[in-house]
Amino acid sequence: MKVLIPTPLRSYTGERSEVEAEGTTLAELLADLDRRYPGIRFRMIDEQDAIRRHIRIWVNRDQVSTLQVQLGAEDEVIIFQALSGG
Amino acid sequence: MKTNKIPQSGLPKPATGAVALLVATRKGAFVLRSDKARRAWRTTGPMFFGHIVHHMVLDHRPSPGAKAKGSRTLLAATSTGHLGPTLSRSPDFGRTWKEAASPPAFPKAPEGQKGRAVGHTFWLTPGHARKPGVWYAGTSPQGLFRSEDDGDTWAPVSGFNDNPMYSSWTGGEQDGTPDGPKLHSINVDPRDPRHLYIAMSSGGVFESTDEGASWKPLNAGVLADFRPDKYPDYGQDAHCVRLHPAAPDVLYQQNHCGIYRLERPGATWQRIGDNMPKKIGDIGFPVVLHPRDPATLWVFPMDGGTVWPRTSPGGKPAAYVSRNAGRTWQRLDSGLPKSQGWFTVKRQAMSADAHDPVGVYFGTTSGEIWASSNEGRKWVCVARHLPEIYAVEAVELAR
Repeated sequence: MKVLIPTPLRSYTGERSEVEAEGTTLAELLADLDRRYPGIRFRMIDEQDAIRRHIRIWVNRDQVSTLQVQLGAEDEVIIFQALSGG
Repeated sequence: MKTNKIPQSGLPKPATGAVALLVATRKGAFVLRSDKARRAWRTTGPMFFGHIVHHMVLDHRPSPGAKAKGSRTLLAATSTGHLGPTLSRSPDFGRTWKEAASPPAFPKAPEGQKGRAVGHTFWLTPGHARKPGVWYAGTSPQGLFRSEDDGDTWAPVSGFNDNPMYSSWTGGEQDGTPDGPKLHSINVDPRDPRHLYIAMSSGGVFESTDEGASWKPLNAGVLADFRPDKYPDYGQDAHCVRLHPAAPDVLYQQNHCGIYRLERPGATWQRIGDNMPKKIGDIGFPVVLHPRDPATLWVFPMDGGTVWPRTSPGGKPAAYVSRNAGRTWQRLDSGLPKSQGWFTVKRQAMSADAHDPVGVYFGTTSGEIWASSNEGRKWVCVARHLPEIYAVEAVELAR
């Protein structure tokens, strides 16, 4: 399915803003994304599987707070990173 | 006071070549290279532009897997204000970098329990000379990590991180510095790879003699004036601890509550900062040691009064040197601003080279690098307008 990547993480995806990854849950999808782009997951998700403080993940139009969210083949996953602060 | 004199034959020869300063800043990393005379300096960078670089350290040992003979690994601990922390390695002095496959991270906590997450890797130390490829890292919140493959993958040192006393020793998040409690000052005894010292803000100094499997606090004699018990076993706020590389029984500590010296096998620190001028005091972040003389050290005092401004006292920056293990101190401010100089020098932002006379360097929170090629007698600003400087490491490009 389609995954939209924010600017600060595009160094992992060869500067691509939109990539493909697979999974039936958000956890699986992020694991697949990390297989394709090693290191990208830990920048977004900490070692306790929590979404980092300044990262937001949306599935279609719903913001999610857990990696256990179920995904369908037609879903779109959008990753945002806050750009607050100096 | 003994000064742990060591025979001249046992001392490393002074370096004579060009020096490089590895500069870690809030917005990237830079390298300053000198000529052989250490008079002219050239700045290159930024690397990791826009990233917070907490520490950048060059291995003193040849890289175990290097293709080029004599190649030494350069490690950089980075994060951004928003993304998680990571760590990168360079085999060619920063020309190319590769991210660590598995940067320092705490284990996943069992279901239903709260686990720790590394906020950033703060401190990097190469392991013992007989353990090529081994590195140690200190993190915020306090964690000790070890790599055995030249910084590519990292494992927690569970003897410390999972110690039953961990919570008591570290004191919790509110006991840390404003940007998070830190484990730092990882010192490896050059005589014995099993013998390690670490320090924490907060927590104090700890020692292991079994390569990190077990730890004991080492804080006797060190004041903690912010606690009801002024001399606890642990809980002190060690800012920077250095072990003398040529006299490894000698340690110096710049603490939240003064400057201290410890000579092993003794276990009680002696406050040598009491001998500093009273109007300056003995509060600061860094302490830097002479590479060959264990009685000589430099500090950079700051204002630790009222709300802890953490700037040069009175806006008049100066380093201080002691050449007799802290019995007396001399002010070193030639070339530095005589007034309205309000910068801070962080604990990793002061360093010395291995020349004779020793070059001493410091970086400021206002983005300046100051250098002295004569042990602090005269300072010259060799870079300005850099981002806020977190760390400065002096390395010899050739001996």
